[in-house]
Amino acid sequence: MTTRIDARFAELAKQGRSAFVTFLMAGDPDPKTSLDIIKALPKAGADIIEIGMPFTDPMADGPSIQAAGLRALKAGMTLKKTLEMVRGFRKDDDATPLVLMGYYNPIYIYGVDKFLADAKAAGVDGLIIVDLPPEEDTELCLPAMKAGLNFIRLATPTTDDKRLPAVLANTSGFVYYVSITGITGAATADSTVVGDAVARIKRHTKLPVCVGFGIRTPQAARAIAGKADGAVVGTALVDALRDSLDTTGQATTKTVAAVADLVASLAQGVRGAKQAAE
Amino acid sequence: MNPNLPNSLRTGPDERGHFGIFGGRFVAETLMPLILDLEKAYADAKADPAFQAEMNGYLKNYVGRPSPLYLAERLTEHLGGAKIYFKREELNHTGSHKVNNVLGQIMVARRMGKKRIIAETGAGQHGVATATLCARFGLECVVYMGAVDVERQQPNVIRMEMLGAKVVPVQSGSRTLKDAMNDALRDWVTNVHNTFYCIGTVAGPHPYPMMVRDFQSVIGDETRKQMQEAEGRLPDSLIACIGGGSNAMGLFHPFLDDPSVEIFGVEAAGHGLTQLHAASIAGGRAGVLHGNRTYLLMDDDGQIQDAHSISAGLDYPGIGPEHSWLHETGRVAYLSATDDEALAAFQLLSRLEGIIPALEPAHAIAKVMELAPKRPKDHLMVVNLSGRGDKDVPQVGDILKGKKK
Repeated sequence: MTTRIDARFAELAKQGRSAFVTFLMAGDPDPKTSLDIIKALPKAGADIIEIGMPFTDPMADGPSIQAAGLRALKAGMTLKKTLEMVRGFRKDDDATPLVLMGYYNPIYIYGVDKFLADAKAAGVDGLIIVDLPPEEDTELCLPAMKAGLNFIRLATPTTDDKRLPAVLANTSGFVYYVSITGITGAATADSTVVGDAVARIKRHTKLPVCVGFGIRTPQAARAIAGKADGAVVGTALVDALRDSLDTTGQATTKTVAAVADLVASLAQGVRGAKQAAE
Repeated sequence: MNPNLPNSLRTGPDERGHFGIFGGRFVAETLMPLILDLEKAYADAKADPAFQAEMNGYLKNYVGRPSPLYLAERLTEHLGGAKIYFKREELNHTGSHKVNNVLGQIMVARRMGKKRIIAETGAGQHGVATATLCARFGLECVVYMGAVDVERQQPNVIRMEMLGAKVVPVQSGSRTLKDAMNDALRDWVTNVHNTFYCIGTVAGPHPYPMMVRDFQSVIGDETRKQMQEAEGRLPDSLIACIGGGSNAMGLFHPFLDDPSVEIFGVEAAGHGLTQLHAASIAGGRAGVLHGNRTYLLMDDDGQIQDAHSISAGLDYPGIGPEHSWLHETGRVAYLSATDDEALAAFQLLSRLEGIIPALEPAHAIAKVMELAPKRPKDHLMVVNLSGRGDKDVPQVGDILKGKKK
């Protein structure tokens, strides 16, 4: 089975470049603006789009993404509305891969089987669920694979060679390498260390490896994209969005452009990188 | 009791940390290798007689165990029913049951070579116990505490700082215990290489619910022996307050396989179960948070709701997974007491027995006031007096003066 994610990486390999992966929170700062932003991303240069599913208690996220989730929840965002947003995006774009990222509880409460069916029907391609390690694969990972969705696993600096095979076993689409031990937006990744880590993971898998956490600038995106199959930027985009809001936290006429402009400059950085060593 | 129960209720969890459908290991990959290391280190410690001997030495000479089992004669007389005994955990060093668990975890941390200890705290009792043992063993200590709790439990904040701990007021979310736990987990993910997370209750990813229960079971083990000495038989009922549920689990666990013993847990009903409260079993349902599946307060979208209790130690929207399982099996009956009921019990106990309880066990006393009069005079009821009320004196004083509520 080939998903939009597989197709996109195959296409990028032909072009000889790495993927630029963006992360934004669904419903931030409100459902309508959020959809407008997501729709603007492919044109601005995003190759794969990750959409955060807001959660009250995001244990692996730093203050920026925590605040984005709370803005979205305050604006009435729910998991159901996140799936509606995906359907809205798919009306005009059937090629850009969409990955939902978040925590397990809202999915568990929605109902795993119903969620997988609704997500697939809406046009979701993959899932990244922070609090579901391989030890809990029966919860969602195995059912998601069966439903035809990629389950993208996080590998971290603490995932050693002994543990990597277990982490990679049921991973599909790509591997998301978390470049630091820490929460989103906290530290800066060192591209040399990241390069070694990506090489280590690639000894265990043929899947593309994307790197996230700690990438904020076009220079950093270029450096990481030179060492990996993709670079993920989240907090910097969420911060740009936040800085465009008015004093009451509402979207302004600048909000969509603020995000799209930063995406464009980061995408330039990624496109300037040499093809990752295969 | 449910006739379809297993032969023993004391064998859980399974090797993946499950009590029925509850428990598990729902954590970020960064933490997973450490959690597996901890599981192994704890299993090794448990099997090591030297570890047990060393811990027993500290429990006796540093903590002051065994804690007395005290017959509360005036309360018994006042309520006119069951004979009421207090398991006096409030007499432990640091003033609550929390020290039993912290001692055990700090000794495991030392075996693992960890030099930096982090903890979350609600009322501050777990934070104080952690700060105390870190001082005793020369370890760095950082305590996460919701900003709301920092305000209402000032005496404990001052104590922690005197003991050399760094107290970090948590400003995210509802700024109470749940958010303190989120920030402690964020710290742990960041400093995973040198840091041990000392969880204060029977919750979190496996092996914590099991490990904390084991360390707290000294409460029930002693009670069993002491009641045998005092009355020559088992108690007829046990009762304890529940936030995460560690003092309750410590008392209950050694009695789970004694069907003649009725067991009651008391959650915090706050302003009442139809309003803001902290009773996850009475008002919640199964979900996943903080590393485990358990009963949680949440909305229809799976978003966690803010809890409310007058007692900072019970102000948490979840409960330990083993309690969720004991609820579903029917072995333990879970009741709840409101802020007002707890306040009334707090005052009654102070006047009748000369014991100022913490607001947390005041919730258990509130239900004793309901249950004891309906029991015969030869009924032996044990309530876990899990902490002393010194920390609550300023807050309750203000409430009684009508300054705030």
